[in-house]
Amino acid sequence: MDRIIQQFFNVEIMIAAWPMLLDGLGVTLLLCLAVIPLGLAGGLLAALGSLARSRWVRLPTIFFVDFFRAVPPLVLLIFIYAGLPFAGLRISPFTAVVIGFFLNNSAYYGEIFRAGIQSVGFGQTEAARSTGLTATQTLAHVVLPQAVRNVLPDLLSNTIEVVKLTSLASVVSLGELLHAADMARSVTYNASPIVLAALVYLILLWPFVRLVSRFGRGLGA
Amino acid sequence: MTADVEAAQATPSLEVRGLHKSFGTVEVLKGVDLTVAHREMVFVLGPSGSGKSTMLRCCNRLEEPDSGLILLEGDPVTGKGVNLNAIRQRIGMVFQAFNLYPHLNARKNVTLALRKVRGMSRDEADARAMEALTRVGLADKSENHPSELSGGQQQRVAIARALALEPQVMLFDEPTSALDPELVGDVLAVMREVKAAGMTMLVVSHEMKFAREAADRVIFMDQGRIVEQGPPERIFGAPEHDRTRAFLSRVTGD
Amino acid sequence: MTQWERFLDTFFNAAVLAKYTPAILQGVWVTVWLSVLIVLAGIGLGVALAVIRSFGWRLASFAIVVFADVMRAVPPLVLILIVFFGLPNAGIFLSSFFVLFVVLALVLAAFAEEIVWAGITSVDKGQWEAARSTGLGFGQSLAFVVLPQALRMGIPPLTNRAIAITKMTALGTVIGVPDILNQATTAQSFSGNASPLMLAAVVYVALFLPLVILSRWLENRFAWRKA
Repeated sequence: MDRIIQQFFNVEIMIAAWPMLLDGLGVTLLLCLAVIPLGLAGGLLAALGSLARSRWVRLPTIFFVDFFRAVPPLVLLIFIYAGLPFAGLRISPFTAVVIGFFLNNSAYYGEIFRAGIQSVGFGQTEAARSTGLTATQTLAHVVLPQAVRNVLPDLLSNTIEVVKLTSLASVVSLGELLHAADMARSVTYNASPIVLAALVYLILLWPFVRLVSRFGRGLGA
Repeated sequence: MTADVEAAQATPSLEVRGLHKSFGTVEVLKGVDLTVAHREMVFVLGPSGSGKSTMLRCCNRLEEPDSGLILLEGDPVTGKGVNLNAIRQRIGMVFQAFNLYPHLNARKNVTLALRKVRGMSRDEADARAMEALTRVGLADKSENHPSELSGGQQQRVAIARALALEPQVMLFDEPTSALDPELVGDVLAVMREVKAAGMTMLVVSHEMKFAREAADRVIFMDQGRIVEQGPPERIFGAPEHDRTRAFLSRVTGD
Repeated sequence: MTQWERFLDTFFNAAVLAKYTPAILQGVWVTVWLSVLIVLAGIGLGVALAVIRSFGWRLASFAIVVFADVMRAVPPLVLILIVFFGLPNAGIFLSSFFVLFVVLALVLAAFAEEIVWAGITSVDKGQWEAARSTGLGFGQSLAFVVLPQALRMGIPPLTNRAIAITKMTALGTVIGVPDILNQATTAQSFSGNASPLMLAAVVYVALFLPLVILSRWLENRFAWRKA
């Protein structure tokens, strides 16, 4: 028991590692700030594309979405980070991660937005168009507000996943929270810094996880 | 009252004494006494919030009474040590929202309790279910899922589900109020058939015309109490209480 | 070499592909086997936890909620590293395969528990009442009436979650599980060529694309029809 506490909950090591982790947390938050808005924007485009009337837009978009839902994000990251330099493209780990996340998140957010838009009855569009609103106005002022509201729990739940997935950036040596913790672990031969990182993630995300569960009641999802 | 009914009431099928029930600070039932004789159909009328549905739901303890005594054929329904699942098999219940199991077809909706509670074999239960579905006129829908049936058909399956357990009393909680008007008749016809076969029935409903024709006795409830009761001709024709009169004139639109 | 030839040589080098395909196929076996184990154990445990929770024992429910919240809030890679690097120093030795299996199965269990529990709570109260009014007990009502409906509602989200988590078997690479990605990155560093990574990506798409399409179909199929 003592050994387990020493190995996982060593307070001295945690305190020593804290400044490193704080730097890492900064990178994690910066990364989130970049990839969440990008993913939402890409997702919206993907949703509109997969609902487009023209099959030349619709089918490629659906293929894009399904393709990036099928590729594990870590495979995508390593492919971009370690594969592209072979083709003569040199990019920083941060850029590689942002590109990888943009592709992956656009696919996931895209599916959520699509479901949301489809959940809004066609009568809403008809009513809006009958009052003279253009297609774009109808989308922006009538359909999307309702769509987003209907899928808010799913958007939130996916955003939690995105934040958790930023930990994968440690594998391509981007110095985010987990990377910092793992560095501290390899120096101290002790898992406490990673446990501390886990606690930081827990504190950061727990309120949102609770919120998602609250939403879940009666929604069946 | 005919001598027949009077004799039957000497040994009531269902007996409720001093029933009290509160939800939070709201007292919904303020002491209800009621007996239902064998083969009798008793209709309970009253404005919404009068406690009639709560009273009905206390009879098989879907609502737990705060105090009072309920007896089925002289056996206690309330109190400690009652085998609730055993007693509930003897009390059939039909709900306003049908509450058919959407994942099971009509036949399996009926056989579930026969098999799991009564421990019948599949063949036995199927035969019993088909018998019950035939009685409600839906033998040909036995393999359909509830989503493929009309509201009226769903409610008839629900009646079959209750009937198949051969209960001693059946409780009907607004069985037609969720139905489109043109589907009400089929359900009422089934209820009439069930009564003709000798079932004891306690019915909460707003079907005045049906009450007038088919009920043996009508009870008027208001504010958690029974205000008056009697044969339908008298309750509808010459109600004694102002509240009954006010209610009847409101619902019949006179 | 032209630009195009260099591209082909980098990502679709026939000699490299021929040499490392067997290793990657071995990786496929590991990934598939792990995925099946994770899905069976994770969903099985998740359903069991949701059922236990429905009995309403305070302490058990509290423990389940804490478990589910922690497993959903902490990134799986963090959990994997804690278990993999921490336990040996505490005197417990587990294979990397087993660590990956346990962590991902527990994560899936947490999500499955939440999905099934949400399903159980969203089944109409009238279903319980109808079942209890025919004399079915609490356990029987749950098993034969409520749980089947909850599971059915849960099929689309469960499928999506199971796909997302089995894709995370690629995280095993980090702790040396010889899965597809691990074989590919090893091959890439030996050969100095990106073709094995390309092959790995293609294999993942071949494995998971049918599942993604299946989940799309399930979502339409099980869009819940209220009776």
